[in-house]
Amino acid sequence: MIRKTVPNVTEALVGIKDDMTFMLGGFGLCGIPENTITELVKSNIKGLTCISNNAGVDDFGLGLLLQKKQIKKMISSYVGENDEFERQMLSGELDVELIPQGTLAERCRAAQGGFPAIYTPAGYGTEVAEGKETREFNGKMYVLEHAFKADFAFVKAWKGDEAGNLIFKGTARNFNPCMCGAAKITVAEVEELVPAGTLDPDHIHIPGIFVQRIFQGQDYEKRIEQRTVRKKEEV
Amino acid sequence: MLDKNGIAKRIAKELQDGYFVNLGIGIPTLVANYIPQGIEVEFQSENGVLGMGPFPFEGEEDADIINAGKQTITTMPGASFFDSAMSFGMIRGQHVDLTILGAMEVSENGDIANWKIPGKMVKGMGGAMDLVASAENIIVAMMHTNKAGASKLLKKCSLPLTGVNCVKKIVTNLAFLEVTDKGFKLLERAPGVSVEEIKNATEGNLIIEGDIPEMILD
Repeated sequence: MIRKTVPNVTEALVGIKDDMTFMLGGFGLCGIPENTITELVKSNIKGLTCISNNAGVDDFGLGLLLQKKQIKKMISSYVGENDEFERQMLSGELDVELIPQGTLAERCRAAQGGFPAIYTPAGYGTEVAEGKETREFNGKMYVLEHAFKADFAFVKAWKGDEAGNLIFKGTARNFNPCMCGAAKITVAEVEELVPAGTLDPDHIHIPGIFVQRIFQGQDYEKRIEQRTVRKKEEV
Repeated sequence: MLDKNGIAKRIAKELQDGYFVNLGIGIPTLVANYIPQGIEVEFQSENGVLGMGPFPFEGEEDADIINAGKQTITTMPGASFFDSAMSFGMIRGQHVDLTILGAMEVSENGDIANWKIPGKMVKGMGGAMDLVASAENIIVAMMHTNKAGASKLLKKCSLPLTGVNCVKKIVTNLAFLEVTDKGFKLLERAPGVSVEEIKNATEGNLIIEGDIPEMILD
């Protein structure tokens, strides 16, 4: 067994530098690498390009890095929940590339799986396709989109083992599996780190080969963005 | 004239047994409340769940189980979770039968604009561009006119496009329309709305053939 465990988040982030490109898993605040983000804030590194579906909220998730102006560029599909983000974008302090959500996922997966680029119909005929190569297949138009190139991918899983094998929970899965192995180094933080042999190989969502470092996360807040409930009716 | 729930109710009548359906944020979400009796449909949410159920009971919400609107949800028996790439594979590969979404503008050739107002609203397209580029069957739920009273059914969209030649049907507070090669074909009038009123509220080419029936909602 090839061991991937590191003792803590600080060790997990060795090698991070100014001006790097990071992928960060999560959809909204669901399934985000909370420990990693906290450590990135502490590290004070700057000039970052972040590939992440969303940009957090003002006081949680990637919003924390935005508050400290550590991010130079965001590549996202939806950024609507963050006032500071909007302010920095409109003032020109922050460079923002908005791309379709499926394209974001597939550009990660292309990097993971060794494709230089993919064709997708998403965005054809819109400003997203401007300046990009397009091509017709079977009478339908497609846009060429390139695989991402990133220095680190930071993901969050529910369970993981010493070999870096990962299992995700619910919709906290989202972009996390697509980003594993899609950067030079993939760092996984997990709610529960278990010894190798504990997880059933049939239940693994992401094999450890895609993960270089894994660590036991601490104190997950798992903030809910839109708490929607219904009342139990009286019987 | 229909309110938001009325629009959702009329769209729900387009659901068919065995459909996998993706619902956008806003009016489309309400469609789930009006599934016709005796049919089974499953709702897909592009953040990675098929078989979405109602909101959880108070105290039972789980931060790891949300929909694309970031709302806490539950799952139905037979539900599944998957990653974002597989989710959009479902959409791009046309395994999802019906997409229902809102719009700011629709043009008479089926172009849709619903993600950006330059200088005002730049939140991003989320999954909308993937959905409209791939779905075979797209129904738009929206008001017929904007807050200023201007038509949202246009000859040509003025806002940045989300997708081209993709909208098939539209349900507004005034009418049910189909997008054809020649323009918006009026299929039904909302209760109490005249053809004249629909004409006045539609900027794009409106095709009226014969008597236009009033919608039956129940």
